[in-house]
Amino acid sequence: MAVITPGAPVPAASVRRGRRRPGERVIEGFLVLAAVVSIATTIGIVVSLLFPTVEFFGEVSIIEFVTGTQWTPLFSIKQYGVLPLLVGTLWVTLIATVIAVPLGIGAAIYLSEYARPGTRKLLKPILEVLAGIPTVVYGFFALTFLNPLLIDLWPSDDKPEFQNLLVAGIAMGIMIVPTVASLAEDAMSAVPQSLREGAYALASTKMQVATRVVVPGALSGIVAAIVLGVSRALGETMIVTIAAGLKTDGIPWSPIDGAATMTSFIAGAAQGDLPVDSLDYLTIFAVGTTLFLFTFALNALSIRLVRKFREVYE
Amino acid sequence: MSDPNRKAPDVTDTVSSTRPAPPPVALVNPANRNEGAPRGDDEQVLRLEDVNIFYGDYQAVRGVDMTIGRHQITALIGPSGCGKSTVLRSLNRMNDLIPGARVAGRVTYHGEDLYAREVDPIEVRRRIGMVFQKPNPFPKSIYDNIAYGPRVTGMRVSNMDELVEKALRRAALWDEVKDKRKQSALALSGGQQQRLCIARTIAVSPEVILMDEPCSALDPIATSKIEDLMFELSRDYTIVIVTHNMQQAARVSHRTAFFTAEVDEQGERHGRLIEYDTTNKIFTNPAQKRTEEYITGRFG
Ligand SMILES: Nc1ncnc2c1ncn2[C@@H]1O[C@H](COP(=O)(O)OP(=O)(O)O)[C@@H](O)[C@H]1O
Ligand SMILES: [Mg+2]
Repeated sequence: MAVITPGAPVPAASVRRGRRRPGERVIEGFLVLAAVVSIATTIGIVVSLLFPTVEFFGEVSIIEFVTGTQWTPLFSIKQYGVLPLLVGTLWVTLIATVIAVPLGIGAAIYLSEYARPGTRKLLKPILEVLAGIPTVVYGFFALTFLNPLLIDLWPSDDKPEFQNLLVAGIAMGIMIVPTVASLAEDAMSAVPQSLREGAYALASTKMQVATRVVVPGALSGIVAAIVLGVSRALGETMIVTIAAGLKTDGIPWSPIDGAATMTSFIAGAAQGDLPVDSLDYLTIFAVGTTLFLFTFALNALSIRLVRKFREVYE
Repeated sequence: MSDPNRKAPDVTDTVSSTRPAPPPVALVNPANRNEGAPRGDDEQVLRLEDVNIFYGDYQAVRGVDMTIGRHQITALIGPSGCGKSTVLRSLNRMNDLIPGARVAGRVTYHGEDLYAREVDPIEVRRRIGMVFQKPNPFPKSIYDNIAYGPRVTGMRVSNMDELVEKALRRAALWDEVKDKRKQSALALSGGQQQRLCIARTIAVSPEVILMDEPCSALDPIATSKIEDLMFELSRDYTIVIVTHNMQQAARVSHRTAFFTAEVDEQGERHGRLIEYDTTNKIFTNPAQKRTEEYITGRFG
């Protein structure tokens, strides 16, 4: 760096163009490339799902696909009703949500409103580490610990199966608690302190401040946290493959039945050596597209909700 | 003052409570008080005796003694950082919310020590409300902003619409918002938001209203509206206002306390009360040189 003497005129050359550092160009190019690659990948995924799916529906009617109650493409009598997979997925997602939402929001309220600053500093990173535990670990936790416990404690004689949707849902719920809690806590911490003070000055208890001011004020972020948790549950594969089994020959009316979900079917089917371009192989894409539509709908819904509840704080 | 059941006071009636024999005045609903209550009566509502306030190890305020009279507007003035807000917040235990903040000495409300073990800070804040420097309406409708206090304090309200209207009228906001009560409070102008915050405070029928530079974020027209309002409210409420606008203190207050920061032997700055008297005396014939220097603009 040139030393500039106070009062001395600044050299004229320094304002001319052309002295732009070459590194700037390279970085800009890299950033454009990154953006293009990610968009292209997304388009690529959609296209690679779409063509085999169209081909699949050339051979199997959509009506059969959405109304059939058995999914047995790998059996000798082939049936292509996706409902068993769909219901399995919905059970697991529902159970996981029912567990993760109250626990996650509760933990977030505790961290943001009740915990002392020191406690929060300690707990928040732990929570974030928990969110990074591999799902296969949760799967075995469900199968070898939760399920025996569940079967032991089950009140009626109609015990849960060795692998079942309930235990997978519970494990999945536990898995997404840290995600929901951490994101919801971020949203609550972003609620201005001045609103809390206003509420306290109106003789609110701590609980009232949390539930009537902080939670409504952070609703947009809380909804986003929940949706992210739910979409993780929807797309989760390992836990259900291990803990819920791969049965697909009927709709799992009860959560204590063992059944496959969309994801675990895909994972299971993709492991076998299905000949490419066989109808069996195409089922993977048909189910994949269905899953994609669900995730897409969930995200669209979340964007609307997040907008609806967004509060703009100065 | 602790009342574990948070027994619901009635808005339209005299407040009933099960707490042990408190001084009668604390239980009278200001809305029902004799309209023609004599101005400047000598009754003390709040009293500070050798009050020292700390933030952790730092002593922000040192040795404050003062009394605050019923139905008066008491102004706290002084240069920035001299502890005005700190003193104000000690009057309804808002300092409790700041980790490490501590009040030593005695602050009494109708003779009751506000910092006694058995005192419930929530009950204190129901009787001593607060309006802040920056308007802080909740991101809810105008109506819900007003109804918030009565709801959380469990007031038995027979007609919430009526209560909301009364509070809005009292805060001189009714005509401007009567057709948009269900709309977001955040859509109001800054001055309207501040009057909404006053209305919201009035809605729980406190006896005392603390205001921390309530006009500093507002334009002159909005400021003058709030000043008129304060004057009007002082018939029924006891008001303590922090301001660094001396004209404002001179215009609205009955009594003025001048604070400044002093450097002690160890070189630490502490806020101190220099002079406390009628506003007239402070502004025309202050006893202390520093007060005179401050109000004539030669210092601070
Ligand atoms: N939350 C806090 N933590 C630590 N110090 C504080 C806090 N609030 C105020 N102070 C300090 O206390 C002193 C008085 O502050 P304050 O009461 O806000 O003054 P004023 O309202 O007169 O401007 C200042 O030195 C300030 O830095
Ligand atoms: Mg201040």
